[in-house]
Amino acid sequence: MRSDDKRLHPFWVIVQKEVADHLNSWRFYILLLLLVLTCFGSLYTAMMSIRDAAPSEDALVSHLFLKLFTVSDGTLPAFMTFISFLGPLLGIGMGFDAINSERTKGTLSRLLAQPIHRDYVLHAKFVAALFVISVMFFALGFLVMGLGLLMLGIPPSPEEFWRMVIFLLLSICYVAFWLNLAILFSVRFRQAATSALASIAVWIFFSVFFTMIVRLIAAATLPTQAADMNGWLSHQQFVQILLRFSPSQLFSEATTIMLTPSIRSLGPLTMEQIYGAIPSPLPLGQSVLLIWPHIIGLIAATTVCFGLSYLLFMRQEVRSR
Amino acid sequence: MEPIIELNELTKQYGEQTAVDRLTLNVNRGEIFGLLGPNGAGKSTTILMMLGLAEPTSGTVTVCGIDSTRQPIHVKRKVGYLPDDVGFYEELTGTENLLYTARLNGFSRKEAVSRVEYLLDRVGLGEAAHKKAGAYSRGMRQRLGLAEVLIKQPEVIILDEPTLGLDPEGVRELLQLIRQLSRDEGMTVLLSSHHLHQVQQICDRVGLFVAGRLLAQGDVHSLSQQLFQEESIVIEVQVNHFPGGLLDALQQVDGVSRIETHDDGRLVIHCTQHVTSEISRMIVESGTSLLHLTQRQYGLDEIYHRYFEGREADEKR
Repeated sequence: MRSDDKRLHPFWVIVQKEVADHLNSWRFYILLLLLVLTCFGSLYTAMMSIRDAAPSEDALVSHLFLKLFTVSDGTLPAFMTFISFLGPLLGIGMGFDAINSERTKGTLSRLLAQPIHRDYVLHAKFVAALFVISVMFFALGFLVMGLGLLMLGIPPSPEEFWRMVIFLLLSICYVAFWLNLAILFSVRFRQAATSALASIAVWIFFSVFFTMIVRLIAAATLPTQAADMNGWLSHQQFVQILLRFSPSQLFSEATTIMLTPSIRSLGPLTMEQIYGAIPSPLPLGQSVLLIWPHIIGLIAATTVCFGLSYLLFMRQEVRSR
Repeated sequence: MEPIIELNELTKQYGEQTAVDRLTLNVNRGEIFGLLGPNGAGKSTTILMMLGLAEPTSGTVTVCGIDSTRQPIHVKRKVGYLPDDVGFYEELTGTENLLYTARLNGFSRKEAVSRVEYLLDRVGLGEAAHKKAGAYSRGMRQRLGLAEVLIKQPEVIILDEPTLGLDPEGVRELLQLIRQLSRDEGMTVLLSSHHLHQVQQICDRVGLFVAGRLLAQGDVHSLSQQLFQEESIVIEVQVNHFPGGLLDALQQVDGVSRIETHDDGRLVIHCTQHVTSEISRMIVESGTSLLHLTQRQYGLDEIYHRYFEGREADEKR
């Protein structure tokens, strides 16, 4: 059957149109340019410093390839850090005007007068943006890998390869969270500018102020000197739990574990726990196990945002302009 | 006649405010029905409820035999809707905009292309089909909207203020087009407007809608009879002077109910029947010269106006 004769499900018609819109928009080119710059910048600094970063223990040399994403010489941040910083921008950029631009253009009421379910619109916009982001991430991720392969001359082991794929998937999850948050604001606020501003405010809050606030709380609740080891430990854990309310914290912990297999735990370790441990990297399965809660947390946050925007959108009256 | 849109005791409340108040209305298959009322009368809300885009507080809406509130998707397959101040994706061409709608309605690309081409020609946009919709004038946008509505081959089309913001010539053309399309395709048309004259031109029946309530419905003639009881025809006459007995003679004419005299020689005769020729003959035979005679039927304007006068009087009380 030729594609011309095919009757697509309306949902996929919307997805198709949204993807085409993204690919034709200036905003997409700007974001793409930013990401490409990120890739090459971080690749460059990784190349400059990877020689020094090569660990002395033979056991760790096997994961040298992953260092492409994590090391930096201090002038430019590593790829990982870049993504945790730019990811929100990408998500916000793709989603902040998803619904309200249709509303101000007067196309929303026309769209909803067609025989489609109302949630298709919301859903399709999310899927389309996520699709574009995924393609972009995988393309760039593999590009960095390929260039690294050429320059380093060491092929990645299968495990390293899967770690990188999981890292890319994690990044997509992370961006999906911000995308959904932006879509939520685009449903809530009539003006695209307001919704962009609101999303950026949340982003800045989490990336700048959140850690400050947590530090304040930590200082205030610090147990007195007399407290024993256990009291201090539980306080440490409490602070860590607070920190993990921030999606960027979740993301950076998860990616660190994924890309640095030598890190064995996220919490404090006691001397007894360390004593006798062999300084070998964690196998992939164990690393995934360690960050499983983080992945679930990110997906849950995304789902909550999506649920809220769904609820808001279903209840909203659709008037023309 | 078989009703295609049935509203029964339809009510919509926003908090304390009642936008639509126990509205009961039937629109028959194949007719052009005008929903007439001032801004904020609840016309748009009623239309949204017909399409299942707004939920009624109470009452039922049935379109094509389907409950709009329960099964909006099925209703939207059969009903085309042109919102007021319709917008299009400006960066896409007219054709592309319509192709999108066509495919949302389940047409394949191939079917969609031929249908869109036909419809754009039909509404007179064949030339501009590949221009960006952002460059369309208001009238062209409205015609594009009309073509879009027709894509799904609807049984009913609902047009919300279709003539808003068009110049007189544009209005005339659009209304002609609507009328022709409804006759050719046998569609039922429901259009809302606050422009009395325009609605008067093409509507078979009109519903007068104020503050969420339907005041009266029927064709323009029966509406004026409903609202002005007997005195639905007014004849205005200007004569040189009044010969004695003329007034009495006129008063005797069958069908004349009331005569107002003015100092400048003007007579305003309220009648219940068409008696113009008789009156002019009597005036000429009485020996005075007839300067001017017009017959006025109460249009929707007067109907409208009279209602508002009444309302203001009510408020003063």
